[in-house]
Amino acid sequence: MVEYFENIVKILSRYWYTFLVTGVGYTLLLSLITVAAGSVIGVFLCLGRMAKFKPLNWIVIAIVEVVRGTPMLLQLYIGYFLVPKLLPFSVPDIVSVGVALVINSACYVSEIFRSGIQAVDRGQTEAARSLGLSGSETMMRIVLPQAIKNILPALGNEFVTIIKETSLASTFFVGELMTSYLIVKGNTYLTMECLLIVGVLYFVLNFVLSKLLGVFERRLKTSD
Amino acid sequence: MIKTENLHKSFHLEGKKEPLHVLRGVSEHVAKGEVVSIIGPSGGGKSTFLRCLNMLEIPEEGKIFFEGVEITNAKVDINLHRQKMGMVFQHFNVFPHLSVKGNITLAPVLLKKKTQQEADDMAMDLLSRVGLADKANEHPSRLSGGQKQRLAIVRALAMEPDVMLFDEPTSALDPEMVGEVLDVIKGLVKTGMTSVIVTHEMGFAREVSDRVLFMDDGIIAESGKPEDLFQHPQNARTKEFLSKVLY
Repeated sequence: MVEYFENIVKILSRYWYTFLVTGVGYTLLLSLITVAAGSVIGVFLCLGRMAKFKPLNWIVIAIVEVVRGTPMLLQLYIGYFLVPKLLPFSVPDIVSVGVALVINSACYVSEIFRSGIQAVDRGQTEAARSLGLSGSETMMRIVLPQAIKNILPALGNEFVTIIKETSLASTFFVGELMTSYLIVKGNTYLTMECLLIVGVLYFVLNFVLSKLLGVFERRLKTSD
Repeated sequence: MIKTENLHKSFHLEGKKEPLHVLRGVSEHVAKGEVVSIIGPSGGGKSTFLRCLNMLEIPEEGKIFFEGVEITNAKVDINLHRQKMGMVFQHFNVFPHLSVKGNITLAPVLLKKKTQQEADDMAMDLLSRVGLADKANEHPSRLSGGQKQRLAIVRALAMEPDVMLFDEPTSALDPEMVGEVLDVIKGLVKTGMTSVIVTHEMGFAREVSDRVLFMDDGIIAESGKPEDLFQHPQNARTKEFLSKVLY
């Protein structure tokens, strides 16, 4: 037991930069970009899903179902090999993998938005339209503000999920926290100790994040 | 002011092959300043007819004219005409994310009928008329059902409509709150506001209406002055309905 702790201290004193700066940094960067871009694209997918133009609905449904029905790791592989082929210039691996992560997240976010919008009572739309608001004014001023409040917990969960799922990107050695583990384990042969360090770091990241989201939600509730 | 010609509307229910034919040719004319109540059994088409008047339901057949304009024409900008038709719903439908005052001022300001300052002043004036001035900055979740419905009424009035449509305004209220809402509507009707009221409150319909329509099975089965229709109904179905609800 004592030996473990001694090893962990030794590893951290030598490789702290690899774990705390490179690993945590890339994990946070990749997650933030995925959530931000995924949310924006997700809103568009959601609007496409709910548009009056039926073929657009079908296209979005097809994309969402395929993404939800295939493993994340497979999607990352496809992104890793496909994105460089589609682009005329070369991109770092993290971008290819990131594109796959963003598309995956966008699909889940679009479903979250859709459920949030549909949970707003139809009467709200009718009341707004009866006052003379147009369809888009009703969406922007009446439906979306209520929908966003409804879906914040689910969006927060999606953020936490993404942080954990970026670990799959280590398959392609893109530098995030799980890649740090692979590197340090390869140098030290201390598997358990490295796993423990990475596990604690993931947990702290997600625990702090979900507490922050909780504070944010309570603030929104009191403004009700 | 509002004229309908031969309105037809059916709903396609999930799991049922036959569509439900709710309106089967409704032709009616509501004159300026007239107060018309619509009574009749549930499922008779009262609410659907009312909701067609501002095109919340789009009739499959027939025409609706509002102030001389055919609003069933797809080329007409229905949003402009809806601004002149206030509507009050059974379930209030106040906006929970806005303050009481915000509920009232949103539409007039957004649709550029008033500046924020003018709208605020008018909102306070309207709220004091219905006894809610002290709630102006509260959120609707703090209001009782009766207060919500009074708010919904002044929200519609803030657009300075030419006609008010009431869709069972007291059906979702606790019994002790029905009176306060009916009083507001009575006060409004006295000012000469053209109104169409779908209601189950027979005493109220009799008191405020210039004319009462009895709707059953998708048509207006009988129409007349309240004293005639309530005391000397001609139609067999009107008689049967009234014998069940008046005792």
